[in-house]
Amino acid sequence: MYALSNDLPLGRAFFLSLRPFHNQHATLDENYIKHRYDPIIPSKEEWPVVKLARERKEFVKKVADLAESRVLGLTGKNPDILKEELETTLYREKLRIKQNPWAVDPDDESLFWNEVKTSLLQVNTDSSLDKAKRFQAYQEILHSITSRYAEEIASNFKASHYKFTRRVVTYGFSRLLNAARVKGFKSIFSNQYTLQDKIQITGQTDQIRDLATKGTIVMVPTHFSNLDSILIGWIISVLGMPPFIYGAGLNLFNISIFAYFMNALGAYKVDRRKKNLMYLETLKTYSKEAIQFGCHSLFFPGGTRSRSGMIESKLKLGLLSTAIEAQRANFQNGISDISGKIFIVPVTINYHFVLEAPGLIQEHLSLTGQERYYKENDEFSTSYKISKFLFKFFTKGSDISVSIGKAMDVLGNYVDQNGNSLDKRGRKIDTRDYFISDGKITVDQQREEEYTNMLGKRIVEEFHLINRVFSSHLVSFVAFEIIRSKNVKLDIFDLIRLPEEDIVIPFEEFKSICQMVLNRIFELKAQGKIDAAPHLSRPMDEIISHGIDNVGMYHAKRPLVRDKEGNIATEDMSLLYFYHNRLHGYGLEKLF
Amino acid sequence: MALRNSSKPKKIGVVGVGSFGTAIANMLAEKSDVMVYARKEEVVAEINSVHMVAGRELNPGIQATSDPEKLCKICDILFFMVPSTGFLEAVRNFAPFLYPYHMIIHGTKGLALNLAPGENLDTVKKLKRSQILTMSEVILQETVAIRVGCLAGPNISKELILDQPAATVVASKYNEVILEGQRLLRSERFQVYGNSDIIGVELSGVLKNIIAIASGALAGLGLGENAKGLLISRGMVEMVHLSKALGGSVQSVMGLAGIGDLVTTCNSVDSRNFTVGFRLAKGESLDQILATMDEVAEGVNTVRIIDSFIKTVGIRAPITENLHRVLFEDLSIEDALQFLMKYPFSVDVDFV
Repeated sequence: MYALSNDLPLGRAFFLSLRPFHNQHATLDENYIKHRYDPIIPSKEEWPVVKLARERKEFVKKVADLAESRVLGLTGKNPDILKEELETTLYREKLRIKQNPWAVDPDDESLFWNEVKTSLLQVNTDSSLDKAKRFQAYQEILHSITSRYAEEIASNFKASHYKFTRRVVTYGFSRLLNAARVKGFKSIFSNQYTLQDKIQITGQTDQIRDLATKGTIVMVPTHFSNLDSILIGWIISVLGMPPFIYGAGLNLFNISIFAYFMNALGAYKVDRRKKNLMYLETLKTYSKEAIQFGCHSLFFPGGTRSRSGMIESKLKLGLLSTAIEAQRANFQNGISDISGKIFIVPVTINYHFVLEAPGLIQEHLSLTGQERYYKENDEFSTSYKISKFLFKFFTKGSDISVSIGKAMDVLGNYVDQNGNSLDKRGRKIDTRDYFISDGKITVDQQREEEYTNMLGKRIVEEFHLINRVFSSHLVSFVAFEIIRSKNVKLDIFDLIRLPEEDIVIPFEEFKSICQMVLNRIFELKAQGKIDAAPHLSRPMDEIISHGIDNVGMYHAKRPLVRDKEGNIATEDMSLLYFYHNRLHGYGLEKLF
Repeated sequence: MALRNSSKPKKIGVVGVGSFGTAIANMLAEKSDVMVYARKEEVVAEINSVHMVAGRELNPGIQATSDPEKLCKICDILFFMVPSTGFLEAVRNFAPFLYPYHMIIHGTKGLALNLAPGENLDTVKKLKRSQILTMSEVILQETVAIRVGCLAGPNISKELILDQPAATVVASKYNEVILEGQRLLRSERFQVYGNSDIIGVELSGVLKNIIAIASGALAGLGLGENAKGLLISRGMVEMVHLSKALGGSVQSVMGLAGIGDLVTTCNSVDSRNFTVGFRLAKGESLDQILATMDEVAEGVNTVRIIDSFIKTVGIRAPITENLHRVLFEDLSIEDALQFLMKYPFSVDVDFV
């Protein structure tokens, strides 16, 4: 097994030219300091998420009640509009149950919605009811729906499960890692390599830890793989922070491994099949109330995994708006010090390899940018496949780095160590002022929508700044752009359909263009506009080998290979396009 | 005492006491307490003692100050009414005293450049959208205020001062800014429309200055109303395309701040832009004209910026391009007209 060959220099050099190259040395020679972070709140009884779990019942009821009054507010307390909303919801839910059932759906769903139907019919036909009574009857139906939704969304966090999961992840993985990396039977008990060798955490780690003890954190990571949820959960725990709550797609709960992990990590459930007003309002209320409760939260602001492989440029603003709402509500409730302050922390996760890439890019191409309904169907469909992937990942290398960005207030201003918002010139400003008109805090939904748009833009900007370029991103970007520049008349779809066997890029040409692009990346890095992995400061030949060996290394068809003459070729254009997209948005294509 | 002070309604601030600033200050003063800012001490003294500025009367209730900090403390809502040449400087003067609770509505029609220190229009080869700032973008870039709006429309100060009927557009992304603008300015003789496309409204007010120069040139050549109708219609099409390329919507050009202002400016023989075109057609050079004008005609600056921009992004805007050649490249105005008459505008309207 070639994975074991890397402690023999000769063997390693030999395999290097043929098979994936092992990053272990690469990781160690990068000045990455492994920190050991103490827990910021040692007693888990004090963790906000544990407190929330203790009060789950009251909390769910509160969410249901508030969601109900939000829907009532949106329908203007008009019985006819409310009736219409109820009927629409009923119709859509029945359709969903029939057309798109999931294993995770509760058994009594049909029963519940049939009851809603019966009650609605009764109210509609009962002519003895006057307007007020009719409204009240509709309101009761609404209440039963928001209560059901709130119960469904709420997380089932259990501290004991959390501890167990964390141990499994860290301990189990580091066993695997050591077994694979250090040769011999005894290696199973070796502690030479830990998970932190594989997954580097860089950026503002001290700041997030510090602010998490003072205020409430909302972490917003990029989203490329289903593995992200677990990865981020683990990162949070390595950083010594109490678990964050986050909205995980209900589809993930279909898979038993994930369901267990998610529940243990404090996930609440987001069902993307449900797009009705009542569901969305309940979901937003849940998120807002949890933030106000002091629970650190995690949103994947892209909504779903990036299909194209690009860093998200358009964010789903629904959940993000709840951070702004919660901040305003804290001010309204008079909590104007740091304990009521909400900090937005962007995070990028950088991979050489995304397991789901083939499926994602196919979807992206077939959707051609239009947002339509599609069936969730991806390579992460069974527990077996995931385990296989994890095994490969930990035994064969392929580093991941996680960059923690600077904390911002909900308007996207950076904050100092005491959590004070700073304007562009470093002057202290009060976030409260953004919600004031005529001297008072006011609730203005349209204003907050605009603020949400602004915050979304700021997060995208920060993603680009903290994004860490890997060798694999560089080589796939350069290869794809060279192919594109040789076929200027073809649009993206024709490019993808180019016969792979006809594509060959002479190595020397490839190398010199890689150097040109890398120079530009370093220029951008010097301006603070992007980050680059330390391995990019090695000689170009090494960078190219490293990149080609690592890019999409476990795919059956590799995005980049070297042919017998040492020139650059591809086995899968759409995968190459996917990995190339990671460097989209920096204007680097203009170099071609 | 402290309580009474805090419940007292705040004043409305007006920065700049040029003709438009004075007119707006007077209109605001009909409903609210107003404080104006002027840079020069003697102007402040004149306003506070005899309620006059540069021969124009100010409502006696209006106080003046030369202290930006004071104005920002006393007022939550500020109207920036300074010419585009001094806009950036004025905004920078105020920036240290502005906070996120301030609302700013400006009435300045112009563009600013966002270039690195040491760069100017002559040294940069390309001009991207990110290097061009509308006035609201200047405010957003330089200050921490984000509830920003603008005033635009056919608002000739002379007519406003005479209390003749008119209307304006308040544009902002924020409904509350539009509502405040309407509440403060609307009167029996002044209608105020709202528009959420602030960039489109600002661009309409800026781009129409180009067409106004061309209109002056036609008048200088002694051409009649047919030619003017042709120009206004083709000018509008050009404005639509340019505005779209710069991030505005078609609808805003169709509105009061677009067509409304375009028609007014193309007919207003007193406007500086019109005068530039008129004198060009009479054979004067740009340098000669500028030497005798005390304030810059905004359209000249706009032609330069837009010409540079369209060359960068590769779109065509025949009126702007030819004006640029007349103003800066010694093309004669007759040749430019000939060129435009031969230009293959085959389709009348291709954007709706």
